[in-house]
Amino acid sequence: MDYYITDNLSGAIPLKEIPEVEYAALYDDLKERLKQDSVHVAHYFATPDGNRLRFYIIILDDSKHSILVASYAMEYYDDVALPSLTALHPAMHVFEREISELYNVEFDSMPWNKPLRFSFDRRNRNSTIDNYPFYTIEGESLHEVNVGPIHAGIIEPGAFRFICNGENVLHLEIALGYQHRGIEHEFISTNNRLRQTLLAESIAGDSAVSHATAFATAIEKLCGKNAPDNLVIERCVGLELERMAMHIADTGALSTDVAYQLGQVACEALRTMTINTTQAWCGNRFGKGLIRPCGSNKPLTAEKVEMIRKNVNEIARRYSEVVDDICSSPTLLSRFEQCGTVPRTEIYRIGAVGMAARAAGAKRDIRASHPYGCFADKISHQSIKEHTGDVMARLMIRCREVAQSASYIEQMLAAYHPTAIPQPDYDIKLNPEAMAISLLEGWRGEICHVAITNIDGEISTYKVKDPSLHNWLALAIAVRGEGISDFPICNKSFNLSYCGHDL
Amino acid sequence: MGIALNTLLILLTALAIPGVINRTRALLAGRKGIPFVQHLRNVNLLLHKGSVYSTTTTALFRIAPAIYIGAAIVATLFIPVADLNPLISFEGDMVCFAYTLALARTILILAAMDTGSSFEGMGAAREALYGALIEPALMIAFATLAMFCGYTSFADIFAQEQSFNLNLTIVMFLVAYLFIRITFVESGRVPVDDPRTHLELTMIHEVMCLDYSGIDMALIHIAGWLKSACFAMIAANAVAATFCFHWWFATPFAILLTGITIGVVESTQARNKLVRNTTFIVTISALAALIFFLGYLLQLDINI
Repeated sequence: MDYYITDNLSGAIPLKEIPEVEYAALYDDLKERLKQDSVHVAHYFATPDGNRLRFYIIILDDSKHSILVASYAMEYYDDVALPSLTALHPAMHVFEREISELYNVEFDSMPWNKPLRFSFDRRNRNSTIDNYPFYTIEGESLHEVNVGPIHAGIIEPGAFRFICNGENVLHLEIALGYQHRGIEHEFISTNNRLRQTLLAESIAGDSAVSHATAFATAIEKLCGKNAPDNLVIERCVGLELERMAMHIADTGALSTDVAYQLGQVACEALRTMTINTTQAWCGNRFGKGLIRPCGSNKPLTAEKVEMIRKNVNEIARRYSEVVDDICSSPTLLSRFEQCGTVPRTEIYRIGAVGMAARAAGAKRDIRASHPYGCFADKISHQSIKEHTGDVMARLMIRCREVAQSASYIEQMLAAYHPTAIPQPDYDIKLNPEAMAISLLEGWRGEICHVAITNIDGEISTYKVKDPSLHNWLALAIAVRGEGISDFPICNKSFNLSYCGHDL
Repeated sequence: MGIALNTLLILLTALAIPGVINRTRALLAGRKGIPFVQHLRNVNLLLHKGSVYSTTTTALFRIAPAIYIGAAIVATLFIPVADLNPLISFEGDMVCFAYTLALARTILILAAMDTGSSFEGMGAAREALYGALIEPALMIAFATLAMFCGYTSFADIFAQEQSFNLNLTIVMFLVAYLFIRITFVESGRVPVDDPRTHLELTMIHEVMCLDYSGIDMALIHIAGWLKSACFAMIAANAVAATFCFHWWFATPFAILLTGITIGVVESTQARNKLVRNTTFIVTISALAALIFFLGYLLQLDINI
């Protein structure tokens, strides 16, 4: 099989160099290749290319640190059914479902051919979210519990259908799409780079820095310009601050859900301190406005560097006390341990990514497998892994990653000498007919942005992948066999994004 | 005069306990916290609101809050405050007390099922299970009191200060401890239930009241406070009977003992996994049986 081989630090790929193969060949190759745990698909999508539909597949090989790209094409209205890869590798389901929903491409023997997010430009307009085909099981002793789409509290909409036997969950199906805003379409409907940056920041509110960085990196790859060293450091500091803030917030949220007041109030205070640090740097608590393509409006000054270092040290110290408290509290351990377990084999099978995967001992960390920014040269990243794959493991990943991120921030800023950083460039020309792949590890997991330019150097396809896309299935698997009353802590332990999935 | 004061004091206890819990929690969390009377203001607000009813509910759903609070009020009237006399008292009123509360529970369960909501059905099932499991504990605790004092009416059991007696002190303190634990279950506090959560799937009591609003919700809140006050007062009486049997001691003691205990537990401990609640409650029953036998042995004046 012929692939274009690149890595996360290389620039854009000229479209002409991406080999176009037969689907059958690709299918045969992936059938074997995806059996390896170290290989997974970062993105697989179709996009109109003249009067054809062209499919691109981006495969990550963690052991070789390489990115493999291939493509195939079919006629726009071809009604040949392609053999489904999902049938062999369930992790592919999100991609095949998306393609099938958008372009009516049929996948033969696809086991779970349900709409993914009810895109506004889906082919079959009769399929609406109100008649989502929920899975059902018949039985005298079974009952269904429907939660949502509108939830108590200030969370986003999503429908959860539980099939329970008494208090035990047999099956959970999650129907999403209520948050669909057509974000990928918005990217290509404007050429205003600033507007596109703002769009990237609002893909998922809790990952504003991550998605904006992924976008900025994709743009820089497309214009063939490397970000200056200091800008790279600033972005990594922003990313790690976001990771700390969200991990601390989730520790607090898990404490709230089991009615553990001390953990809740301590973490709420620390999370505020973390996001206030980001605010003192860039004026926004969630880091909006911090990341801009080819430059920055908020360069770090010596005082800001000192402020961040001081706060981060303080947060790390106080957070470690909370962690000690949690780990030495039997009532908490009895709630979190052996609850919502997703074993490693299952993680690989369904293609879960990020911290949820690492909690089960799976090697899924872009910082280690496809290093970018500071992780490519300045920091040698050691992935933190747990092995049990339960709520406790996901909590411990958070606890340990906060400490790790704090030490990375200290390490990066200790050696930081403020220099002039250029203003963002919103008018820079992009290379025509090229593809840029930008991968990074957000706090939740692997974020992948793919931008393709047309012959005029305008973005003609923009694909976004938030880790939530894969991990929602992990949540559904986690609650199987658990008591329904433990669903909230399982849910919080993943803390997935609705709008990141729905786009 | 004594009866009126008795009724007023138990009402005061009912209204004060939630305030003490909230202040304790705020203090331990290092927060400024809500004012002591915030829960009263909230209920006052609810009392001034009308109710909204789901179209799937029947008359049962509408009368349930009235029966619920009615039962709670009647139960409250059985409880003496140390040396004062309650309004209602007769031979065997402790059994009547227990089943008046059971009536309250039953009517709320039926009302929850009446809504047809899957959440409320779940809550009702849990409430019924825990209600059934806590009943032996309650009855054995009453039996211990009855056996040791020789009466089956609260008013007679807590009629006068007993002369100091080590055996009595041991049993009374253990019974007080038992009633505090029963309070956790009966009033739906951590670690059994979490009155603060917004997660319907984990609720027990709160989820049964999801469809209630306005004045109905207020009545359910007040009834809950009255229930807690009954158990708090029995526990306080048991302790007071051994060394300071006066209403001016028993009332603040009931408020502080229950309020602070619940406040501290809610601040420092996580909630049980739901399946562990069964163990928690059965343990209370086991403890009650143990105390009963201990009381029996002590009454035979066996030296330990």
